[in-house]
Amino acid sequence: MSKRMQNLMLPLLAVITGLILGGIIMWISGYKPINAYIALFQGAFGNPVFIANTIAGAIPLILTSLGIAIAFRTGLFNIGAEGQYWIGAMVGTWIGYNFPHLPWYIHIPFALIGAMLAGGIWGGLIPGLAKAFVGAHEVITTMMMSYIAILIGHFMLERGPMMAPGYNPQSPLVSPTATLPTLISNSNLSAGIFIAIAAIIVVYLVLFHTTFGYRLRTVGYNPMAAKYAGMNVPLFTIYSLGLSGVLAGLGGAVQIMGVDHQLTDTFSSGYGYTAIVVSLLARNNPIAIFFASVFFSALSTGSQVMQINSGVSPNMTDVITGVIIFFVATDKLYSYFRGRFRRTAKAQSEQKGVSLS
Amino acid sequence: MSVLGLVFSNPELYGSTLAMATPLALGALGGTFSERTGVVNIAMEGIMLVGAFFGVMAAASSHSAWVGLLAGVVAGGLISLALAWPAVRLQSDQVILGMAINLFAAGLTAFLLNTVYGFGGTPISTPQLPQLTIPILNNIPFLGAVLGQQNVVVYLMILLVIIGHFFLFHTNLGLRMRAVGEHPEAADTVGINVVRIRYFGVLIGGMMSGLAGVYLSIGMLNSFEVNMTDGRGYIALAAMIFGKWTPFGSLGAALLFGFATAVSFSLQNYGVSANLIGILPYALTIVALTGVIGRSKAPAADGLPYEPSK
Amino acid sequence: MAILEIRNLRKVFGSVIANDEVNLSLEAGETHAILGENGAGKSTLIKMISGLYKPDAGQILLNGVEQHFANPRDAILAGIGVVHQHFMLIPALSVAENVVLGSEGSRFLFRKKDAIEKVLRISKELGLPLDPAIKVQDLPVGMQQRVEIVKALYRNARILILDEPTAVLTPQETEELFAVVRRLNQDQIPVIFISHKLDEVREIADRITVMRAGKSVNTMPVADATAKELAQLMVGREVVLETIKTPAQTGNVVLSVEGLSVRDDRKMTRVKNVSFDVRTGEIFGIAGVDGNGQTELVEAIVGLRKLEGGKILFLDKDITAESVSGRIHRGIGYVPQDRQRDGLVLPFTVADNLILRSVGNQPFSKSGWLQKKSTRASAEKLIKEFDIRPPLADAQAVSLSGGNQQKVILAREMSREPQLLIAVQPTRGLDVGAIEGIHRHLLSLCEQGKAVLLVSLELEEIMQLSDRIGVMHAGELVTVMDAKKATRETLGLAMTGERVEEGVAP
Repeated sequence: MSKRMQNLMLPLLAVITGLILGGIIMWISGYKPINAYIALFQGAFGNPVFIANTIAGAIPLILTSLGIAIAFRTGLFNIGAEGQYWIGAMVGTWIGYNFPHLPWYIHIPFALIGAMLAGGIWGGLIPGLAKAFVGAHEVITTMMMSYIAILIGHFMLERGPMMAPGYNPQSPLVSPTATLPTLISNSNLSAGIFIAIAAIIVVYLVLFHTTFGYRLRTVGYNPMAAKYAGMNVPLFTIYSLGLSGVLAGLGGAVQIMGVDHQLTDTFSSGYGYTAIVVSLLARNNPIAIFFASVFFSALSTGSQVMQINSGVSPNMTDVITGVIIFFVATDKLYSYFRGRFRRTAKAQSEQKGVSLS
Repeated sequence: MSVLGLVFSNPELYGSTLAMATPLALGALGGTFSERTGVVNIAMEGIMLVGAFFGVMAAASSHSAWVGLLAGVVAGGLISLALAWPAVRLQSDQVILGMAINLFAAGLTAFLLNTVYGFGGTPISTPQLPQLTIPILNNIPFLGAVLGQQNVVVYLMILLVIIGHFFLFHTNLGLRMRAVGEHPEAADTVGINVVRIRYFGVLIGGMMSGLAGVYLSIGMLNSFEVNMTDGRGYIALAAMIFGKWTPFGSLGAALLFGFATAVSFSLQNYGVSANLIGILPYALTIVALTGVIGRSKAPAADGLPYEPSK
Repeated sequence: MAILEIRNLRKVFGSVIANDEVNLSLEAGETHAILGENGAGKSTLIKMISGLYKPDAGQILLNGVEQHFANPRDAILAGIGVVHQHFMLIPALSVAENVVLGSEGSRFLFRKKDAIEKVLRISKELGLPLDPAIKVQDLPVGMQQRVEIVKALYRNARILILDEPTAVLTPQETEELFAVVRRLNQDQIPVIFISHKLDEVREIADRITVMRAGKSVNTMPVADATAKELAQLMVGREVVLETIKTPAQTGNVVLSVEGLSVRDDRKMTRVKNVSFDVRTGEIFGIAGVDGNGQTELVEAIVGLRKLEGGKILFLDKDITAESVSGRIHRGIGYVPQDRQRDGLVLPFTVADNLILRSVGNQPFSKSGWLQKKSTRASAEKLIKEFDIRPPLADAQAVSLSGGNQQKVILAREMSREPQLLIAVQPTRGLDVGAIEGIHRHLLSLCEQGKAVLLVSLELEEIMQLSDRIGVMHAGELVTVMDAKKATRETLGLAMTGERVEEGVAP
C-alpha cells in the first residue's frame, strides 16, 4: 500500500469500524442500527437547515483542530485545546459586549484578534516555555492549563465579573457590532464559515508554502536534523504551541460571535477534545480536517434526530467517536492481524542491529 | 471566633476532606501502578465512569452493594485492557488510547444509562456501600469525627495506599515493575517479562480506578448520573504527578486537593468562589512539573513503547 | 577442554552476512580479546552468545555441551555474563537493586537491607568495592561499569564478556578495569574482551582473535603478535590502490583551528589543545579509532558544541562565537556521521531534503514563501548530477537506499558551493559502487579549489583520498603527515598513541 493510500484507507477503516461497533452495541441494546444511522444521516443532511447546522457545528472544530494539527506537525500534542477555546471565547465575549460603540469593521477584528492572542498565550507561552526550557511534557501542562481556563470561565460567570444581571450563570449578549451575521435564517450558520475556510487556506499555505512552515515541519519530524541545519528548536516549539492556541482561541470567539452570542456555563461540549479526534483522523492535513470536522459535526447534529426517530441516546455518537479514535491509535492493528507487522518489525529491528555492530 | 476559625476548626471539614480525597487517591494510585511500569494512563476519568456505572448496575440487579463493588472493580480492569493491549502489543500512542477510552466510556455509560434505565435514572432501591464506625476511634473527640465514621471504601483506600506502597517498594514484583518503567531493555536483559509486567500494572491500576468510580456511585450515593466523575479522573492524574508517582505522595496530593474542595464548599456561603479554589490542583501540578518546588519526574520510560527482543 | 567454544557460527540479516565461519575457544582463567574494526561483526557475535540473536548456523558449546539460548535469561542461567557497551543499568535505582534485579533470591518480599548486604559481601569478595545503597545515576561511568560486572557475577557468571569496555572510560578508569580483569582471571573466570584498540588489547589479553568482515581470521597468543601484524590482520591484506588523487594545488588557509579544547556532554574533555589548518584544494583527513574526540572536534567546528578553549578561524574570520546557521551561511558544508538521524528528514521528499540548509535563500524562497518550481528544478538537476536513484524529486527520503540517501546529503551540501566541506564517515555502511561515487564527488570538490575535512574510521579511505593526514588519539592530534609518506603501519601506530618520527608537528 502506498503511503498516500494508507493515509486515506486507515482513517476510513477506523470510521467504518466505529460505525459497525456502534451498530453492534445498538443492536445488542435492542435498537435497529440501520434505522438509527438513517435517522442520523437525515438529521445531519436531511434539509437545508440541517445541513447548515452541520456545517455551523464544524466551524469551531475546523479552527480548533487546525491548531492541534499544527502542534502535531511539530511533534507536539496539544491536548488542552478545550481550555484555549474557552479562553478565546471569554476574551471574545468580553470585548464583544464591552465596546458597543465601535464600528463592526473594527469591533469584529478586535474581538477576534484579542481572542487569538489570549488563546496563543494560554496555549503557547506557558506550556511552550515549560517544554522548551525545562522539558515539562506538553500533554500534562496543556491539559492542566485547560482545566484552569475552564474554571476561570465558570468563575467569571458564576457571580463573577462577567456575569450578566440576573441569576443565570451567563454573560451579557455581545453587541451587534461584534456579531457575525447568520447566513441561512433559522440556522446556526454564520459568516464564521468564511473565517474557518480562510483559516484552512492560511494554515495550508503557511505549513506547505512558507519557509516558516517548512521549518516547523522539519523540527517536528526530526529535531536533530533541524538543529544540524541551524534551526532554533526551542523557539519553534513555542511558536507551534502558540499558533495552536491562537487557532483554538479563534474557534472559541467565532462560536460566541456567530452562534451563542453570549458565554454561558454550558459553553463548549468538549469541542477541544473532539478536535483532537478530528486532527488525528485527518492525519493533520488541513483540507482533510474540513471533511473530518463535518463528519463529527454531523454525528452530533444528527444524533438529535436519531434519538427522536429511533430512540437511541445521542451519547451513542461519543461511543462511536471513542471507537474511531481507538482504531486510529491502533493503526498497526490491521497489519497485525494480517501477520505482516511482526515480520517487518522484526526485520527492521535486526537491520538496526547490523548498523550498530 | 472568626468565620475562618469556625470553618477550619470544624472536624466535619476534615471528614469531608477525606471523603473528597478518596476517589482522587484511588485514581492516582491506579495511575501510579500503570505509569510505574511505563504505560501512560490518562484514562482514569473513563475507567472511573465505567466502574461507577457497572457498580450501580450490578448492585441494583443483585441487591448487594458488595456485588456492585466487585463488578465495578472488574469492569475497571477490563476496560483498562483496551489501554494495555495496544500499548504493549502494538506500540500505540498511549495518550491517544487514553483519550479514546475517556470518550468511549463517557458515551457508553450515558448511552447505557439511558438504554437500561430510561429517563428515570438508576433505581432508588439501589443499595449503598455501608458507612463503618470504628469503635474506639469514633469516641475520640475531633479525630473521631474525622476518621471514626466513613464509608467502607475510604478505609479500603487507606489500606490500598499502604499496601500499594509496600508492594511497589518492598516486594520483588514491585522492584521489577519500577525497573520496567525506568528501563525496559535493562529489565529484559535480566530476564524480566516486560510485557507481562506492563499488563499487570495497567490492570491493577484499572481496578483501582474502577473502585474510585464505585465509590462515587454506590459509596457517596446510590445512583449513577451522566459524567458523574466530573473531571475527578484528571484531578487524580494531577495528584499522581504532584505525588511524584508514589502511593503516599498520591494520597497526600489527593488530601490536599480534597481539602481544597471541602474548604471551597464550606466557604461558598461566605462568597469565596469554588471555581477559583478548584484551580489549585492544576496550578500546583504545573508548578511541580516546571520544578519551582522540587521537580516531579516521571518514570524514565513512561509512555515509551517497548518491543521485546524475541 | 575449552570453557566456551564457538564453532562456525553464522548470522545473516537479509542480504548482509554479519557473521560467518566464526570460531573461538575460551580457556579457563584467560582474557581473550576479540579485535576488529567497526563493522567486523564483533557485536553480532556477542549478541548470539548472550542470547539476543539466534545463530543461523554453527554451534555454541559450554564445557562441551551445545547450547540453544532462546533469550538472554537462558544465557544468564548458563553462566554467561555480558557487560554491554551501553550499560543495562537503571539510573533511578540503587546499586543493590540493580544488581539483584530479576534474581532477588527471595520468594515475594524484597528486603533492601538483605540486598545491600549481599552486594556488599560479593563486591568485597571480588575486590570490587561499591556502595550498594547509592543510586546508579550518581555514580561515575567507571563505577557503573563495576556495577555491571558485579551484577553479572552475582548471577554466577562463569564467563564474563566485556563489549568495548574502555570506550567510555578515562585512562585511570581503564587501569582500574584492567586490574579487575586480572583478578577475575586469577579466580579462574575467563574474560572475553572486545575492542578495536590495539594497545589496550596487547596490554590486557592473553590471546587475541582477530575478526574481519564477519569472520574470525586468526587466533594467536598476545606474545606472538606485534602491533604491525595485528593492524594488518584487522584491516586486511594490503590492497594495491590506484592513485586516484591528483596532487593538490593547495593555496590559502580556509579553516584554521587553534588550540581547540572541547568537552563532551558529561563534561569530560574530549579534545585537547588541537591545532591544524585546512587549505584550499586539499583533503585533510583525520584518522583515528572511534571515540578519540573526532565527533566532538567536528561538532565544535560546525557550531553544535561549545568550546572549552581555543578558537576557530574560517577564511581569516574568527567564527568561534558564531551560530550554526551563521557558519552555514559563511560556507561550511557538513555531512554528518549519522545521516538518518542528523542529516535527513526522512518523511520529506528528496526535493525538500535538498533545501534543508538553504530554505531561507533565493531561489528556494522569496520573502518567506517557498518557491517550489525552483526547488524542483534544482532538485532535478542535482538528482541527475549525483545520479540519485530513483530519479524522482517527489520520492520520500525514507524510501531511498542508504547510498542514495547519502548522495542526497552530499548533493545538498555541495550545491551550496561551500568553501569547506566537513564529511564524517561519508561512506559508512555503503556498497562499493556508492563509495566510489561519493569519493569522486569529494575529489572533484577539491579540484574546484575547495577544502575538505574528512573524518573517517576507515584507514583505506583516509589514505586513498587525503593530501595530509592527521591522527587523533585520546583527544590529541598526535601527528600530521603527508599522505604520500603515510603507510598503514605508521598510521596504525599513531592511532595507538605513539608519536611517529616522520610526523610533522601540527
